[in-house]
Amino acid sequence: MINLTNVCKRYGSLTALQPTNLEIPSGKVTALIGPSGCGKSTILRIIVGLVRPDSGEIRIDGARMDPESSLSLRRKLGYVIQDGGLFPHLTARQNVTLMSEHLGKPVDEVQRRVEALADLTRFPKDSLDRYPLELSGGQRQRVGLMRALALEPSTLLLDEPLGALDPLVRSGLQADLKEIFIRLGQTVVLVTHDMGEAAYLADQIVLLREGAVVQQGTLEDFQKRPAEPFVTEFLNAQRALVAL
Amino acid sequence: MNRFAFAIAGLAVALTVSAQTITVGSKKFTESYVLGEIAKRTLENAGFQVDHKQGMGATAIVWGALKNGDISMYPEYTGTVSEEILKQPRASREAMVTALAKDGIGMSPDLGFNDAYGIVMRRKQADDLKIAKISDLQGHPDLKCGITHELLGRKDGWSPLLAKYGLHFDDVKGIDHALGYAALYAGQVDIKDCYTTDAEIKKYDLVVLQDDREFFPLYKAVFLYRLNLPQKAIDAVAKLAGTIDEQKMIAMNAEANQSKDYSEAATMYFAPKSSPEAASAQPKPVGNSRLDQLLPETLRHLELVAVSMAFAIFVGIPLGIWASKPGRLGVGILGVTGVIQTVPSLALLALLVPIPFFGISFTTAVVALFLYSLLPIVRNTAAGLSGIPVPLRESAAALGLEPSAQLRKVFLPMALPMILAGIKTSAVINVGTATLAALIGQGGLGEPIVSGLSLNDGPTILWGAIPAALLAIIVQVAFDLLEAGIVPRGLRLRPQGYEHDH
Ligand SMILES: Nc1ncnc2c1ncn2[C@@H]1O[C@H](COP(=O)(O)OP(=O)(O)OP(=O)(O)O)[C@@H](O)[C@H]1O
Ligand SMILES: [Mg+2]
Repeated sequence: MINLTNVCKRYGSLTALQPTNLEIPSGKVTALIGPSGCGKSTILRIIVGLVRPDSGEIRIDGARMDPESSLSLRRKLGYVIQDGGLFPHLTARQNVTLMSEHLGKPVDEVQRRVEALADLTRFPKDSLDRYPLELSGGQRQRVGLMRALALEPSTLLLDEPLGALDPLVRSGLQADLKEIFIRLGQTVVLVTHDMGEAAYLADQIVLLREGAVVQQGTLEDFQKRPAEPFVTEFLNAQRALVAL
Repeated sequence: MNRFAFAIAGLAVALTVSAQTITVGSKKFTESYVLGEIAKRTLENAGFQVDHKQGMGATAIVWGALKNGDISMYPEYTGTVSEEILKQPRASREAMVTALAKDGIGMSPDLGFNDAYGIVMRRKQADDLKIAKISDLQGHPDLKCGITHELLGRKDGWSPLLAKYGLHFDDVKGIDHALGYAALYAGQVDIKDCYTTDAEIKKYDLVVLQDDREFFPLYKAVFLYRLNLPQKAIDAVAKLAGTIDEQKMIAMNAEANQSKDYSEAATMYFAPKSSPEAASAQPKPVGNSRLDQLLPETLRHLELVAVSMAFAIFVGIPLGIWASKPGRLGVGILGVTGVIQTVPSLALLALLVPIPFFGISFTTAVVALFLYSLLPIVRNTAAGLSGIPVPLRESAAALGLEPSAQLRKVFLPMALPMILAGIKTSAVINVGTATLAALIGQGGLGEPIVSGLSLNDGPTILWGAIPAALLAIIVQVAFDLLEAGIVPRGLRLRPQGYEHDH
């Protein structure tokens, strides 16, 4: 469970996140959605401690995220950005094992974990020793996921994990992600631009606008009980996009 | 060489005709022009008509013109007469006069100043050790010598001097003439060679040790003239004896250099300056085979490069890491290292040599090279690190790596190609710059270059220049191989858009 209490972030005169309260339930998939620049990535980066909020606090399973605790808390979180954020000087395997080896885990255990993760994410094992630039976008995304999952985190934070992929690869990976979420039963926070993807993958959807939560619920809630006209507008805009 | 050449029309008539034209010659440098003007004025005052053929050329030409009667007089130096013209090294004045007379040439008394080599010390130390003559140096092997490459290289130079005086010194370094004065003044060396008219002798309160065994040929200024000149002319010139001392010659030369009016300079009363005519004596290359020295010089060169590069790498990379962080400190570090790079290397040496801790030591050479090697390493390290995309930085932090581990395991390896390129640039520059170490007696491949330059000996220069150039190429190739060996393939692939803006 992740709790944001009164969390606020400004960049100069620009308010990236207005004072926000948000509860992300354990073992469920939560999708953050909203127009570009509405603060989705900011929320993820505040949770993982990359951005310090101006006020308010973040608790992850009850533990407060602050500079002292960030190192140990981050190791319980898996964070994946668009395109995987892989380190180009390391192979896929080395990217995945970097942290485990840094923590001094036994080599055979680490390698077994890599194999298991490759199975889980359907990553071709014969490509494990390739460098990121020798992989396709979808494969890089899978390696990013493997790396995030390497330490068996309780929570997975995905920032537009499928953003850069072509539609076919994307739908394949969506299905794989759904399966992984179900199998692992972790707490997942997922940022996406696509309402269909959010509805398909997530148990609850958080719609944001200009750094504030507009509505939190299921797609059905949004359709039947929109909190604001903006919710309907947003849904219509998405539908128009799909109709194209 | 100043020549007073009296062009004499007819000798037989000369005795009866008081107003006849005498042609004076001179060699092609300031002091010779000025002395030529002095002769002209003197003869005119004695009632002769005088023509001054200025700047005729080098010794051989002016001497030839005097012998065949084209000119009647020119200024010369006794050392040049004995060593070069008569080829009777260390000949006495009498011997020279006798030998010249066979060619129908006479030699005036000394004008006063001497443009020879000498040995100088700080006055205070010389007084403390009661050293006034070169022979007093016996029993002081601990005195440090900073000797010009020219004297060290000449066959009739440093080694025969030591042999003649039975001297031995434990510490003898080859050093640039001007830097040597700085080193002497700073106490880095105790003994140095000089031209006896060097302005620094006065400036730094130095003493020229008496050459009591007359090792150095005297380069006393005289006039050479045809013996068939009218006696009245010969007598007039003889009266110049002892009237031009070093100070006066220096002042006249300075004036002439400034105004370019030699006649005006001569008006200062035989205002003199001295430029060592010693330089016209043929330098003889040192006897040692250059080939034998190639290996030790190359090894020494590599030692200078390796030590300074090691420091530059171990200091430059941390500085570059620092400089990659935003803020004033980073800008300051890059600024300072950039400024150091713009200081001319000779000037940097000149700045370091007077500092007591440095002096003319291996340390100074290494420190100067170190400072020059810093910038490319610092700049490339900083650029390599700050070029890492923010999403990758954040990914490294989000994994839960400590900042030091982020740097070690992610950022530095990613910046490796840039850092290596910086080190390579530094090393190649360093190999070239290290030739300057020879200026402060630290050897290396600069030794033959500096030596060849001071002796005007092209082949000797090449013995240093070619190996240094080859060394630079080898270093370059070695780094290219190293790069191929240690930079992971993932960084050598062409990036194709993993740096999505987030
Ligand atoms: N480091 C920063 N400095 C200044 N402004 C920032 C910074 N990071 C984010 N912002 C601003 O904060 C706002 C929220 O940014 P954020 O990245 O959270 O948007 P987003 O919802 O993820 O958008 P997108 O869907 O385009 O990724 C934006 O207006 C953005 O310009
Ligand atoms: Mg975003």
